[in-house]
Amino acid sequence: MRAIWMSVIASALLAGCASSPPDEQPAATVEDRTPGAAGSSGAQTKPLPSGQVARVDLTQPKPAAGYSVLKDPKSILSKRSVYFELDSFSIKDEFKPLVEAHAKYLRENATAKMLIQGNTDERGSREYNLALGQKRADAMKRMLILLGAKEEQVESVSLGEEKPKAQGSTDEAYAENRRDDILYAGEY
Amino acid sequence: MHSLPKRWFQLLARLLPLAAALFATAASAQLSIEITGGGANRLPIAIVPFAGEGAIQPGIVAIVRADLERSGLFRVIDSPQAALQLTEASAVNFPEWRSRTADALVLGSVGVLPDGRFEVRFRVFDVVKQAVLGGVAYTLNRNQVRATAHRISDYIYEKLTGEKGVFSTRIAYVVKRGPRYELQIADADGAGEETALASLEPIISPAWSPDGRRLAYVSFEQKKPVVYVHSLQSGQRQVAANFKGSNSAPAWAPDGSRLAVALSREGGSQIFSVNPDGSGVRRLMSSAGIDTEPVFSPDGQFIYFTSDRGGSPQIYRMPAAGGEAQRVTFEGTYNVSARISPDGKSLAYISRNSGKFQVAKLDLAARQVQILTDSDKDESPSFSPNGRMILLATVLGGRGVLSAVSADGRVKQRLTVSSGDVREPAWGPFVRE
Repeated sequence: MRAIWMSVIASALLAGCASSPPDEQPAATVEDRTPGAAGSSGAQTKPLPSGQVARVDLTQPKPAAGYSVLKDPKSILSKRSVYFELDSFSIKDEFKPLVEAHAKYLRENATAKMLIQGNTDERGSREYNLALGQKRADAMKRMLILLGAKEEQVESVSLGEEKPKAQGSTDEAYAENRRDDILYAGEY
Repeated sequence: MHSLPKRWFQLLARLLPLAAALFATAASAQLSIEITGGGANRLPIAIVPFAGEGAIQPGIVAIVRADLERSGLFRVIDSPQAALQLTEASAVNFPEWRSRTADALVLGSVGVLPDGRFEVRFRVFDVVKQAVLGGVAYTLNRNQVRATAHRISDYIYEKLTGEKGVFSTRIAYVVKRGPRYELQIADADGAGEETALASLEPIISPAWSPDGRRLAYVSFEQKKPVVYVHSLQSGQRQVAANFKGSNSAPAWAPDGSRLAVALSREGGSQIFSVNPDGSGVRRLMSSAGIDTEPVFSPDGQFIYFTSDRGGSPQIYRMPAAGGEAQRVTFEGTYNVSARISPDGKSLAYISRNSGKFQVAKLDLAARQVQILTDSDKDESPSFSPNGRMILLATVLGGRGVLSAVSADGRVKQRLTVSSGDVREPAWGPFVRE
């Protein structure tokens, strides 16, 4: 089983190397394979010659003109979430490159518009949490503007505790929900 | 005149224990109510089924009984078979009722009028003093049975306790089922629920206009919080605040002329005043931190609100026109969601005590704090218009439920729906006739 799995990965990787131009992600067959599907796929020992596979991608909506880089998983611009510590509203160092990249994008695309949605965990008052989420969204907006984005390009709003990404009342869920999300015009 | 009511009321206020649970569910209602506090020292009252009330459904006396028992202040005594023919005009054998331990008695009748409508007449008696406390006649048609029964309950309650009843008032709340949010209105007993707004995005913070005809609330249907004013009868909706950033926490001025709201349009969360149609926006105050959850004092002179300007969220007070704020809560590190009692003398709010979010009451003159609940995820307290009960949202078995606690903490009720989460309750005002 393991040997088959390894050979599938190896051949797929070879196929990927041969066919993918450098600015595309590796062939989907590698990343999407699940162990349960490995048996049947493992029989496929002879991939099509390179250059004959048409790429069908249902996971991504048609990108708005000029915005495709925002969705490219290889671009940091496709990373849209910043997480916060409990009772904290400051952007952690690990997320600064992400914010810087988005600020640069806004600088270089003067017509681009962004919505920042601040979120909190479920504990406490809904309205107070709405204000806390606003504080998180404002923190990112302030940083973007310091980095050269224009005020009219960015709107910061709060969803408070109303749209939790993670359900449940665990510390893990709470951490996942203490978050800013970035959306560009056309995405909300 | 009111010697019986006063005596009983004082006794009840001292003695009501948190004892035997009593269940009273309204079968037709989606919201059902369970009384979890109240006790043996309730005023014993006999309410004889009204002669001829079989002509209309549901039965008036059954609703009146449920209303009075739910208040936690009354114990309804069964009436003997022989009493069933009595009407409000009958001679009352007081010693007989006294021997059945009744302190109060209600007799009545229902008649059909020539135009097809009904007339219900009743009288309330003080059995101890062997006296008539009062009586009324109401005219109604078939779809006014519940409303009429609640008015009768209000009348009896007021005669016997000296304070106004809230059985005819309505409550608003939000039910979440799966991805669906519904803003619903129901009678104070949970019956007769109607959906005012259904949405796939959250709805929070409903606030009744002082005339009970409109609700202000926050809807996320535009992917951000926006304040609407919704006329309940027409379903017409008006945007009261949709500025850049977040718009939330609407509160009506007592005269209904304007709203206080929390807006982030100038950065942060700050309190503004705005007309219900969205015009005339005006900033009331400036602070470096969070200011939100405004609520007007009953005289319209002050706005109580939540602010973290001192480092932790606490309740503050400022003049309604704007100006210097004073801190109001000092105990603990998390005090939010203040609501002021109709008499202006106390605040109900949510206080965090060693990780538990509970309803606290602050006596504004004595500066005494009392924790009223023993649950741990309480939110959104709101006073009944007579100030006697506080409605709140809490979590039970992982589900959102509504709960009510008397302002003295002694009587507790729980309101649940058959499925889904209930949250964001708001008790409506007295209905003006």
